[in-house]
Amino acid sequence: MPTANTEEENSKSELQKNHGGGGGFTRWAVVAVIFRLALIYFPGNLNLSSRPEVSTPLTSIRRLAEGYWLKQSSMSPYAGSMYHGSPLLLSVLGPLTVKSLVFVLADLISSILIRATGRKLQIAYRKSLKSLNLLNKSTDSGALSSGDIAALVYLWNPFTIVACVGLSTSPVENLFTILTLYGAATGLAPLAAFGWVMATHLSLYPAILIIPVILLLGYGPDAPPSKLFRSKEHGKVGDGKSSQEIIFSWRRVFHLLVWTSLWSVYVLVLCSISVKQHGSLQEMFQRTYGFILTVEDLSPNIGVLWYFFAEVFDFFRDFFLIVFHSNILFMILPLAIRLKHRPCFLAFVYIAISSMLKSYPSVGDSALYLGLLGLFLDELADMQFSFFLFCGYVGVSLLSPVMHNLWIWRGTGNANFYYATAMAYACFQIVLVVESVSSMLNHDRKLTKLSTSKLQK
Amino acid sequence: MTIQIRKGKRATEPQCLGSQRSLNSEDLLFPNQTGDSKAAVYFQLSNGRFRPPPAHRLIAHHIVDTIAPIFFRVSRTMWLPLRLTLLLLFLLLSPRALLRSGSAAVVSGEEEEFHEELLLKPLPDRKVLAHFHFHSIAPPSKSNGRHHHLFPKAISQLVQKFRVKEMELSFTQGRWNYERWGGFDPISSNNAKPPGVELWAVFDVPEDQVDAYWKNLTNSLSGLFCASINFLESSTMYSAPKWSFRITPGRLRYGTLPREAVCTENLTPWLKLLPCRDKAGLAALLDRPSIYKGFYHSQRLYLTSNASVPAETVSGISLEQTLTVVLQPNSPSSSSIHSGESNFQPSWSLSSIFGRKISGKCVLAQSSIVYLQLEKSIFSEQKDNMDNGPNSLASEGFAGGSGFEMSLDPDIVIEEENQSQHKGSSVLYGFWVEKYNESQPFDLGLKWKYPVFWSSRQAPLHASRFLMGSGNERGAIAILFKSANSADSSSGSRHVSDGCELQVDVFQVVPWYIKVYYHSLQIFVDDEAKPIGDFVHKIQVSPSKDKTSPGMMEMLLKLPCDVRSAALTLEFDKGFLHIDEYPPDANQGYDIPSAVISFPSFHSVMHLLSNDSIRKSPLLSRFQEKNRVQSYTEVLLVPLTTPDFSMPYNVITITCTVFALFFGSLLNVLRRRVGEEERYLKAGKKKGWLRVLLSRLLAKLRGKPMEEPDQPSSESAPLIGKKLVLKVILVAVLAVAWQFYST
Repeated sequence: MPTANTEEENSKSELQKNHGGGGGFTRWAVVAVIFRLALIYFPGNLNLSSRPEVSTPLTSIRRLAEGYWLKQSSMSPYAGSMYHGSPLLLSVLGPLTVKSLVFVLADLISSILIRATGRKLQIAYRKSLKSLNLLNKSTDSGALSSGDIAALVYLWNPFTIVACVGLSTSPVENLFTILTLYGAATGLAPLAAFGWVMATHLSLYPAILIIPVILLLGYGPDAPPSKLFRSKEHGKVGDGKSSQEIIFSWRRVFHLLVWTSLWSVYVLVLCSISVKQHGSLQEMFQRTYGFILTVEDLSPNIGVLWYFFAEVFDFFRDFFLIVFHSNILFMILPLAIRLKHRPCFLAFVYIAISSMLKSYPSVGDSALYLGLLGLFLDELADMQFSFFLFCGYVGVSLLSPVMHNLWIWRGTGNANFYYATAMAYACFQIVLVVESVSSMLNHDRKLTKLSTSKLQK
Repeated sequence: MTIQIRKGKRATEPQCLGSQRSLNSEDLLFPNQTGDSKAAVYFQLSNGRFRPPPAHRLIAHHIVDTIAPIFFRVSRTMWLPLRLTLLLLFLLLSPRALLRSGSAAVVSGEEEEFHEELLLKPLPDRKVLAHFHFHSIAPPSKSNGRHHHLFPKAISQLVQKFRVKEMELSFTQGRWNYERWGGFDPISSNNAKPPGVELWAVFDVPEDQVDAYWKNLTNSLSGLFCASINFLESSTMYSAPKWSFRITPGRLRYGTLPREAVCTENLTPWLKLLPCRDKAGLAALLDRPSIYKGFYHSQRLYLTSNASVPAETVSGISLEQTLTVVLQPNSPSSSSIHSGESNFQPSWSLSSIFGRKISGKCVLAQSSIVYLQLEKSIFSEQKDNMDNGPNSLASEGFAGGSGFEMSLDPDIVIEEENQSQHKGSSVLYGFWVEKYNESQPFDLGLKWKYPVFWSSRQAPLHASRFLMGSGNERGAIAILFKSANSADSSSGSRHVSDGCELQVDVFQVVPWYIKVYYHSLQIFVDDEAKPIGDFVHKIQVSPSKDKTSPGMMEMLLKLPCDVRSAALTLEFDKGFLHIDEYPPDANQGYDIPSAVISFPSFHSVMHLLSNDSIRKSPLLSRFQEKNRVQSYTEVLLVPLTTPDFSMPYNVITITCTVFALFFGSLLNVLRRRVGEEERYLKAGKKKGWLRVLLSRLLAKLRGKPMEEPDQPSSESAPLIGKKLVLKVILVAVLAVAWQFYST
């Protein structure tokens, strides 16, 4: 059966699939947008905008409105401790009366970009498999391609919907993160640089994505380990596929760096123009990045840091701040070494880690990495504990509001109740990250095994 | 220490004795010693010339003093006419300005003065207001130096050291009932204070030093009055209102402690500032149990100093100490004709209210007067009653047959000028206390003959404040204004004036953990939501900074005169504090200090028919000052969410475990090898460069050609032995080297 498939048939079926999938995607995307709009114009907006799961001090629309009000009444938007976002967001979103449409649009664009990235990844994946003569392995991947599935997962994820309807700014932040990945996957260095600069400017944590972006631009999209290609060449000399040898293209990386510096200068100039009247860039950095790094706001959220820093002894505070932030940084290098041939997956892992360990996480951050997870459906097909994780996510997202209600509104619960759900949520995220990395490495092992067994035949 | 335990104050309160000692010590700093010496010289000269009378000419004298340095070079022969013309010029100016600056002007008198006065006033709800007013004046003079005859030294040192221009400190228990006890008269505008401690001070220092001076002042006052005023030192507790709290701009700082418990330990140091303490004079009435069981108790200290004096002299200070109490006379069930009447005003006497009598004045006091204030409306009602009532009442009573009887004859009767149609003008009966002595103590009694009703004059709007919402996450503050005279304004008398505007100043301080969204400000006029721009004339906000400064809002509202009700709402989020920032009783909740509502276009001023005796009385001259009508709203109690205080260790360990789980398991996955990889790894390891190097070295040492390391098993035993020897040698060499270099 595997040998029966010819190349032509393959491409034909692929085209058909894409066509059919595209229709499905459009339909579902339209329905998702309508669903969002219906929820937004629901009376009272479901009170989502003040839920701690949706709006953190960084992404809350009420704080943005307060910052805009302060700016309008000729004060620094950072006066007081209300607004901690970007001044650009303030000048774009502030004057809008219908802010919700922006977020719906951002979600839609994000899903389209995810889909395009997915298609790109899939093409690259097929290509590399073909070159290894292993294509048969994953041709039977359902009705929709992984890109479509990822985009629909992103659009229909309850977390995304809640973050969008709750009018937090995380859809915009997610959009720029996805734009970075899309730009890098398609090899457009300026676009990738723009996305990266904006995402970093908005929420700081995407700064670590510079490594996957460089790898993505240098090596191209995800592929099996380069060792395989080399060993294959050793096996079959003179196949004419020696051009498959992966070379790191320094030219694109150089482009990226140039564009990054250009865009960051541009963004900084824009920021300084918008804060010039009542403040300074230094104040802006203090109130945005400083606020993120020092965890000043201790209001409850779905992360683990707020309760920790509310309880930890004051003289240990600095120490633990360093430890927790460096936990993100520590994992960068080992992951980059081990997964350098899969930069997109590397980016997914980075995003998942940072959204788990960031100071003020919200469900919008989880929505992003869950959507990206869909991109690697084929590779992660035999991931362990997936049902357990699904149940865990559902359980936590149902229990967490209940515990919050018991603690804050009814006064019958305790802070520990809510904190326990946050711990459980963190644990599930850890299992998800570890298992996905593990199964990706296993997938590579399997490919290696297959190709070596094929070579030995 | 015992005081703290008894009252259960906060643990970090300073030792009262220690602070007092530091205040009384002689090494107080007198900054700006090198001042204008010319003015000081002139001062002495003018003192030698003539003694100015204490009243209005004195002001001219004061003005001349201040202008004097300018004209100093004018020859002495020219000087007298110049002085006279200046005097005349000043007299031509409005007499109102003269009165207003009266208190400041009196300061420049020659001798230290002390006045004691007591105002008694029956209140409409069968209670009695007693308002003690003690006024000490220290003139600016060089001769006095640091020594005072009457004036409290602690206060003068405080003023000198902290360059205080104006200061007010009040300790209050209970809430002033604006609806029943009045909201328009000078007593309610000046002496009705928010619960707890309120302190504000204006400093005469550059703007950048004000905060430092404020901090020192709070600590000193804390020691002086045995209160937790030092908590106002933290920048989260005080604010700097610009225009809404007081009209006169200045380097003002304002702070309140709504939860401060006020008790005798605060009263005793306050009484110590009086020359006669509570041993003689009016203060002897202050029987602790009877004044603390009252409904309202507010002791206040207000001082002004004329700061613009030359540095050589000690600046003049006027210190005003007032104690306002509202007491319920325990009425013996009235044995008169209307015994069955429940709303009969209780008859009372000083001895029945305070349990004591006044046995003469404080000998050091210039004047010692007791006033009894009664509403004029009582008399008009009386007249109505007389027209149709029995004539027998006319023969009794004092003022032409009124419905009450005083046990003593007043020495003076002062009427308020009935200048407007407003009701609430009153009559004051004055009694000179100096006429009485031990054998014949002063015990004023008031006996009502039949029920009378009157109402106190109200501020144009009655302000109240409350919280909205439930739960511990967010809420809203609402300030509600209700028209005080809704009954008579609905008749249409005011509808005539269409463009009429009612100005309302709102000053509100909110602690930082109440995170107010100022953009959510909404205004409801007559129960309808209105755009803010229509009514908010001016607004100034300084939003709160976490753990740094409180939020402050100053707002000038312009409401139409015929408004029935107006409401302001502001939403807020409740903050979450660090476990150390919660007070010991965290579940009790947190206080939002009172908002200050003032009406700039309304002035609480008594126009008394002028009389010579009024001039002498500081209390009455204070009443005649033009102060804007001011009221305080309620203190709000906001419950905040608390974390679990008992388990910081659990939280730390569990969180760190989760982090370790993440770190460990992810790293484990990354470095794990399975199956074939393991073998590759082993093979790779055997070709480690150190091993290769070593084997080559060994081969060379043996003089044999290097052998392939493929079969190391055959020779492993001797190799290991040699390796061991090598290792031992290496360690020994290292040890020797270490020994050598370390010594």
